[in-house]
Amino acid sequence: MSFYEVYDSIKHKPYETMLESMTVKDVDRALNKTELDEHDLLALLSPAAAERLEEMAQKAHWLTVQNFGKTISLYAPLYLTDYCVNKCAYCSFSFDNDFPRRKLTALEIDQEAKALKDMGIQHVILLTGESRVHSSVSYLAESARILRKHAASIAIEVQPLDAEEYHQLFQAGVDGLTVYQEVYNEEVYKDIHIKGPKRNYRYRLDAPERGCQAGMRSINIGALLGMDNWRKEVFFTALHARYLQKKYIETDIAVSFPRIRPNLGGFEPRVNVEDKDLVQAMLAFRLFMPRAGITLSTREEAELRDHLIKLGVTKMSAASSTVVGGYANKKEDNSQFEISDTRSVEEVKHRLKQLGYQPVSKDWDILAGEEEKDAFSASCDYDRKARTGAGV
Amino acid sequence: MDELIIGQTKLTNRLFTGTGKFADHSVMRQAFAQSGSEVVTVAVRRVDLEAGHENILEDIPSNMIIMPNTSGARNAEEAVRIARLARAAGMGNWIKIEVISDQKYLLPDNEETIRATDILSNEGFVVLPYMNPDLMAAKKLADAGAAAIMPLGSPIGSNRGIRMKEMIRILIEEKTLPIIVDAGIGRPSEAAEAMEMGADAVLVNTAIATADDPVSMAEAFNLAVMAGRKAYLAGLGPVSQRAAASSPLTGFLR
Repeated sequence: MSFYEVYDSIKHKPYETMLESMTVKDVDRALNKTELDEHDLLALLSPAAAERLEEMAQKAHWLTVQNFGKTISLYAPLYLTDYCVNKCAYCSFSFDNDFPRRKLTALEIDQEAKALKDMGIQHVILLTGESRVHSSVSYLAESARILRKHAASIAIEVQPLDAEEYHQLFQAGVDGLTVYQEVYNEEVYKDIHIKGPKRNYRYRLDAPERGCQAGMRSINIGALLGMDNWRKEVFFTALHARYLQKKYIETDIAVSFPRIRPNLGGFEPRVNVEDKDLVQAMLAFRLFMPRAGITLSTREEAELRDHLIKLGVTKMSAASSTVVGGYANKKEDNSQFEISDTRSVEEVKHRLKQLGYQPVSKDWDILAGEEEKDAFSASCDYDRKARTGAGV
Repeated sequence: MDELIIGQTKLTNRLFTGTGKFADHSVMRQAFAQSGSEVVTVAVRRVDLEAGHENILEDIPSNMIIMPNTSGARNAEEAVRIARLARAAGMGNWIKIEVISDQKYLLPDNEETIRATDILSNEGFVVLPYMNPDLMAAKKLADAGAAAIMPLGSPIGSNRGIRMKEMIRILIEEKTLPIIVDAGIGRPSEAAEAMEMGADAVLVNTAIATADDPVSMAEAFNLAVMAGRKAYLAGLGPVSQRAAASSPLTGFLR
């Protein structure tokens, strides 16, 4: 059973009514438990929990320090190409937005990776628009091989792929996969993904699971908040995260809470997600899954990011450029969305230390590529254990 | 002199520490100084040799033995690779094997740990495996060439104390290798308890690193470990299961 089937079996429940009917008593009960169930999660996401935000924040802070220490990992995105075959209502990369598209060459990728390393970034996430022609699996694998020389860990945020394709990228040195569902509500999903393969809701929803099956070390999921009732969206995100953690216990699961940002298409959020809503979403998730990562991007303003750090965040981006080729050549160009926190890596590190946190630039070593792996397996006669899940 | 010998190395202090979870390197350094600890574990994945002054190894006092750990390894293969990286990077010969394929409870995989121990001890490492307290696994680790074993008291970072007490007691009774109780110790009294039971050492990280005052907490743990050890050596009186005022079964013989 995949998460699509889980979603399909529960999507008709009257969540709006259930959220409205929660009382402070339900919230307090959830606050006093260590293992939270779906009912507790709904209580913490309900309007009634607004009265208990400080209590939730204190528990979330304490749980995060206990599980992750007073540390925050840093990463940055590297945009490889902005070619895209989809038309999505909210994204600047939509194929019908007329601007000159780019795709980095091997040399340019090397320059970008070096520029990032000089800035102090070693955990990099490779991003593309969605195009199997311009960002093919072989192009992504080649990019990872180039990046490996300069980075300690590589993740990807690209069009959803098959498990076998994810496995090829894993062997090329990619250890993390980010796939945002954008919106869990299937009807809204069809509305805003107007044309292109991204309209396939189910293939996208089950992509994180295929990443787990392919051996990825970490999986990051999320909903783009502002597309539908955020309480429901965060509820489904959290259930998705728990589903993955339970089924693939060896994989690190992390969640992001991106809010819709201004973009070329001039898309207006359908729902206004205020700062206090974002905070409640993060806290509820942290209490529901104390061991999961929470990733915070530069979509949010510096001042708000500083406040959010103590509420459960484990990883944040710094000095991000969402422009293809934006690190080696700093110039204004068409970005996927606007950056709100424009501080340098050094400034972010300095601020983290002031807040009592140790910035972590390196938290992994890419162990080897496929050639070395083969040699190693032969040398110690290590027969690789079959992974959970089929197809790999 | 009450010494603990691991591999060829003689230790006088029985508190092992770790670098994880500290907010600040200078506080960490002071905490180590106050802890009296002679062995500190460092996650190889966090070590950045090119980071200059931010390289965590720079903030470890030079008189401490660095015990790199394979945190992040999900199987024996990855643990072996990380151990080799550590040695190639000049972190010495000791290796604490952590093979954790469960990201929720962070429990070690004994089977993979035994495999990694076997490979690495053959390569000349002083191997200290982190393990689920299980007698058969302990015997296999000894056969595989471990220099000590590190059973967990409770899951990592849980600060719940020695929940695995009965299993650890059995390991101590049957021991052929030094036993270092690792993980889960949240209070100095729990460290003392492990030492009173006859553990050879304890490793404490989270409880020191996340205390409001890590430096004072490090000192408190050092004192507790010393007290517990002293009590163990002094010979704790037997704890009777029930009061025995008379001899109900053999009184007729008098």
